[in-house]
Amino acid sequence: MSERKLRILIAKPGLDGHDRGAKYVARALKDEGYEVIYTGIRQTPESIVRTALQEDVDFVGLSLLSGAHNELFPRIAELLRENDAADIIVFGGGVIPEEDIPFLKEKGIRAVFTPGTPIQEIVDFIESKRDERHQ
Amino acid sequence: MTDLTRDIIRGKTRAIARGISLVENNTAGREELIDALFPHTGRARIWGITGPPGAGKSTLADLLISSERKKGHRVAVVAVDPSSPFTGGALLGDRLRMQSHAEDDGVFIRSMASRGHLGGVSGATLDAIKVLDAAGFDTIIVETIGVGQTEVDIIELTDIVLLVLVPGMGDEIQAMKAGVMEIGDIFVINKSDKEGAEKLRTEVEYVLGFKYTGEKEKMNPVCMVSAKMNKGIEHLTGEMDERFRQLEEAGELRQKRKERIRKELLRIFSLKIHELLDKKMDFYNNVGEWAEMIYNKDVKPYHFINERLRFFLKKESE
Repeated sequence: MSERKLRILIAKPGLDGHDRGAKYVARALKDEGYEVIYTGIRQTPESIVRTALQEDVDFVGLSLLSGAHNELFPRIAELLRENDAADIIVFGGGVIPEEDIPFLKEKGIRAVFTPGTPIQEIVDFIESKRDERHQ
Repeated sequence: MTDLTRDIIRGKTRAIARGISLVENNTAGREELIDALFPHTGRARIWGITGPPGAGKSTLADLLISSERKKGHRVAVVAVDPSSPFTGGALLGDRLRMQSHAEDDGVFIRSMASRGHLGGVSGATLDAIKVLDAAGFDTIIVETIGVGQTEVDIIELTDIVLLVLVPGMGDEIQAMKAGVMEIGDIFVINKSDKEGAEKLRTEVEYVLGFKYTGEKEKMNPVCMVSAKMNKGIEHLTGEMDERFRQLEEAGELRQKRKERIRKELLRIFSLKIHELLDKKMDFYNNVGEWAEMIYNKDVKPYHFINERLRFFLKKESE
């Protein structure tokens, strides 16, 4: 019997050590039936991208609270493209000002979830992309 | 040869990762891929790491990766974590302890969810190992889920098994005697700096002593390690090399690998028979209706199934 499980990497780039949000999202997505890989804090863009490739994930969810999102999120999207993995869908979360979101989307971050987002919104986003991942 | 097969053999990361997904999802092409890779397997040394939850399996794996890298070996890790039996979801966190190797080209780490398989690994772990073996890794480390008493599948997947134990488990050693205690080639007592480590070693040696009464020299090594403080690793890897040498010399390694293939053939055989008969008898579509008949006592379970099988076999031979 063939079964396609969606795999999601939840990663924390940058130097802040506040991983409550990332861990909460990882656990909640597990409870929604996804396979979630969690790598811990202070990951470089390179290690996140290598992990995404090795784990053959469908999504990469980035959490950042240090304010470096405008540099690190686009860098990760760019590295995925360089590694022939632009099909992996990147989304982000954390303390991200509204006015930065259009820039991030332009750089390939498909969705940004700010604090207080109900988990269902993230699930709806993932499910809306399921067909894209099955191609 | 398909592009995927070729790229796996060349050791390309994305191809290896996709190959593992393919066997894991049982997607079309799985059998062809494994058959195409098979001639390229058999070179890697395959280590298993098992033990109860929290024993420090991932941390130990992390140190073994470092040790192998120092020797210039390329290393792959398959780390299995349990899937939720209710949602099917899984939180795969083993690689958290191995992320210091994330930027090393010579290391490939893959997390796998058990997906309902009960033996401490996942149903696709054996094929994932083949993909990694064909990709040219020198050493493949398989880390099981945290085991209790009977999750012993790891012995059928790997060349040597490290059973990791920690002090503070007390009488659990006694309880484990009949299951996982029997599958370790090497016993690792982790967190050796903690109180009770020596006592645990004595207990383990006592249990092993029963197994090897009168032939003490055959007794499995018991290694004291502190993975966190990076202590005892060299001694452990020395014992592992020695164990490998013994296995190779006595022809046991060949025997072990043949036995692995025998078991795999049995598994493939029963799976295929299962699929074939299901197709012929349309079992899964009818089983609800049949259960209803049996519930109503219209028919008896063994009699009913035997009749169905006889009907099918007769039809086939005509």
